[in-house]
Amino acid sequence: MSFIKSTFKHPRLPKNDLGLTYRDYEGALSTLCAGCGHDALTSAIVQACHELSIEPHKVAKISGIGCSSKAPNYFLSKAHGFNSVHGRMPSVATGANLANQELLYLTMSGDGDSASIGFGQFAHVVRRQLNMVYMVADNGVYGLTKGQLAATADKGVKNKAGDLSLFSDIDLCVMALQLGATFVARSFSGDKKQLVPLIKAAISHKGFAFIDIVSPCVTFNNHNGSTRSYDYVHDHITTGAVADFVPVKTEITSNAQEGDCEDVCLHDGSIMRIKKLNEDYNSHNASKAIMAIEQHKSQGEILTGLFYLEPTASDFHDINDTCDTALNKLEQEVLCPGNRVLSGINESFR
Amino acid sequence: MNIEVTSSTESQKCYQKMIDVKTLVNDFVVRFANTNGTGSASANNMFAKAILRMGIPVSAKNIFPSNIQGMPTWYEVRVSEKNYLGRRGGKSEMVVAMNAQSIDADVNSVMAGGYFLYDSSKNLPDRLIREDINYLGIPISNICLKEYSDPRQRQLFKNVIYVGALAASLNMDFTVLKGLVRDQFKGKEKLITPNIYALELGYQYANKHFMCPLAIQVQGRDLAKNRIMVDGNTASGLGAVYGGATVVGWYPITPSTSVIEKFASYCNRLRIDPASGKKNYAIVQVEDELAAIGVAIGAGWNGARAFTATSGPGVSLMTEFLGLAYFTEIPMVLINVQRAGPSTGMPTRTQQSDILSCAYASHGDTKQILLFPANPTECFEMGAQAFDIADQCQTPVIIMSDLDLGMNDHLTDEFVWQDSHAYQKGKILNREQLDELQAYGRYLDVDSDGICYRTVPGTHPEKGAYFNRGTSRDHYARYTEKPEHYVDNVDRLSQKFKTAVNYLPKPEINQDKKKAQIALLYFGTTSHPMNEAIDELNSQGITADTLRIKAFPFHYDIAAFIQAYKEVFVIEQNRDGQMKTLLVNELQLEPKKLISILNYDGLSMTSYQVVQGVLRHFAKKNSDKSINKKVG
Repeated sequence: MSFIKSTFKHPRLPKNDLGLTYRDYEGALSTLCAGCGHDALTSAIVQACHELSIEPHKVAKISGIGCSSKAPNYFLSKAHGFNSVHGRMPSVATGANLANQELLYLTMSGDGDSASIGFGQFAHVVRRQLNMVYMVADNGVYGLTKGQLAATADKGVKNKAGDLSLFSDIDLCVMALQLGATFVARSFSGDKKQLVPLIKAAISHKGFAFIDIVSPCVTFNNHNGSTRSYDYVHDHITTGAVADFVPVKTEITSNAQEGDCEDVCLHDGSIMRIKKLNEDYNSHNASKAIMAIEQHKSQGEILTGLFYLEPTASDFHDINDTCDTALNKLEQEVLCPGNRVLSGINESFR
Repeated sequence: MNIEVTSSTESQKCYQKMIDVKTLVNDFVVRFANTNGTGSASANNMFAKAILRMGIPVSAKNIFPSNIQGMPTWYEVRVSEKNYLGRRGGKSEMVVAMNAQSIDADVNSVMAGGYFLYDSSKNLPDRLIREDINYLGIPISNICLKEYSDPRQRQLFKNVIYVGALAASLNMDFTVLKGLVRDQFKGKEKLITPNIYALELGYQYANKHFMCPLAIQVQGRDLAKNRIMVDGNTASGLGAVYGGATVVGWYPITPSTSVIEKFASYCNRLRIDPASGKKNYAIVQVEDELAAIGVAIGAGWNGARAFTATSGPGVSLMTEFLGLAYFTEIPMVLINVQRAGPSTGMPTRTQQSDILSCAYASHGDTKQILLFPANPTECFEMGAQAFDIADQCQTPVIIMSDLDLGMNDHLTDEFVWQDSHAYQKGKILNREQLDELQAYGRYLDVDSDGICYRTVPGTHPEKGAYFNRGTSRDHYARYTEKPEHYVDNVDRLSQKFKTAVNYLPKPEINQDKKKAQIALLYFGTTSHPMNEAIDELNSQGITADTLRIKAFPFHYDIAAFIQAYKEVFVIEQNRDGQMKTLLVNELQLEPKKLISILNYDGLSMTSYQVVQGVLRHFAKKNSDKSINKKVG
């Protein structure tokens, strides 16, 4: 990289429970376009991790290929990252998760990566119920190859070159809901107030958490007629319910806020507070969530917020009955049955 | 007994032994013709195992269709006191014909003077009557109809009855068969008596109606010491257990499926945490082969020993990921049980035709480490060792098995594990080591051997983290397009492959001090017919030195061996001489120096094909010489 990020730290930056500042959660300097939605998303991840006092090195960042998948380089530089193959992040994340269930898996993908080349991997990783956060930075366009339409682009819109999106669009949240994701949300990279709590809630959720983040491409999809431009999204966004995360130690003081509030207890005893902003909204019913998404879409609105949450979900390792020690930490004496056992096995082949 | 060459199709040719009245002891082939899905394979296997328990070397080949029920399937058992365990090919001394669909061909597959054992519940039509063979009729269907009421039992016990009849005909030790039945049904004791009863039915019928024992027969020996009979896939799966594999992603494909199934069943026995009853492993059947290898790579990056198994079409799908693992230097193991390609090819037939596609798997300048097991013992050993090599070299290791090795039972040395062997984890830094480091660079070649130090996620709060990527990077894993950085990196990878040779199994060389007349080079299952072929060549006055390749990149001894001869025969099972191409390319050889002997009909190679390949080459050379003389 040709840019150097300043290492200067303000001495009075607020510190979290680990004594770390916001800057300890940053990554390399972004090489994305100025104003890219993805940079707002990475800063929301930085804020969420800092506020939750996540140990940076206990995070694994995994991504596919594309602008979105470059983004893990721009947060948590103390965490290992894996920028894998186009559309195949889900399988790499699966293997990594099977090897060590103790890390936090923050994974990133894009619309091309998840809704086209990796649609199969996306669908199957949802089914697998891994404990991971799957974020799609969704701008409806191929950025790195300069502006081709993606499968999430609404049917009938035009890209910057004037090409019409001819075919039905894919809604990844609807797919995730149908395939059994236990946490499904949509947000907007320009709405940090909504996005940060959602990321925190997704991290706290034990199970598969999916967030589709509408993240406008300033260079190739910010024109008039795009339904993923900053202006369009600002004008057409509507929120069903938002979630906030209350860590286990925090005393719940008051829930007297506008709209209905529901507190959902998570595995570790912490609380997820769901604020309903929309009367007919129910975050415990996947098919109603699908209907709500479709309904708003037919009205030209982008519904955001927490769509679905199953607070007592099991993850892959519960289902597999994996031992409590991470598989990558098992020693040879546990793994290798030895020669005495082998001579018994030999007998079965005589 | 004479030796002559029959002339059927080219691939069917072989040395045949004309039987006069003379008795053939411990040297014959029994060919079973069955319908697939009728349970014949386990009865046929019982027959082969009984011969092994009598201490006589035996090999068994299942020649089956890509189908579940109703198509013809054959099972060939070769009994050989001389230890000739390659496929003999050609006609058989005994054919057990249990499939009306294939019976015309089956009658013709009996050697003159041989035996044709068939179900005589119906009369054979005239067209199936040959003057030069013996007919052994048992009314098996009628016997089953009388003895059993359940249609499934009528079908299953047919197979057991003919095994009983063979036992009497071939003078087998009946107590051995009874012992096998007892072992086979341990835990399902209710099945022992009916199976032994069915064996008795066949045994007694044969004793009463045939001239038992026949001219072909077995006699107990003590030649199978310390050897077991097992298929290569079972051995590879068990090897992975011993090698410490904990994570598997996989997608079913013939003929590799049983590698994972056996791994799973051994894990279920040997890898359950005694205290909690929980699994010390995780296996996930994924959506395709791309995901299967993605899982193995993700787990390998995260410090677990991980693998997957597949066959040709799966390898094609995995190549992009193999390039990623090569370039990002992630250890993992891929077991490729090769089958006949290209495309779907012949999914239930054997070949060694993925050599080039695996050696150079993926786009760009890539090279992969290959291991070539020749028998189940090596499937076990390499199945475990591959994980050490992958960790030591930080790259994928591909075990090149094939359908014949993987799915057929082979007589092989018993498995041995050295308890003193500690897993070789290679250059991997722990927290304490990272503490002592000034600066960590993932791609710093500290030891100048091309192999750098790796870290596993979560090891250290401040040091060792990096962004693993398939893009070009500098010593500190930072993205770069600087020409000198790129070249430095890919040159180091070349250097690493030179270093890798030190970690790989050496070739097996049999070389006369005075140098033999010819040199034969082979690998994997082409080694099975070699002892027979060499004896045959010797009997024709030709001596041969041999080299068996066990790994790629090639050991220095391979180049030295080839150097020592004017010409070297390369024996392999593919159309294009892929191993020859790899040798020529990697060792900068003159292509004419290597003479290909090829078999690619989907059946395993025979000694006849090897010997004919050698003879044909010399015959051609002689005729070329005489032509040259005439022209000159």
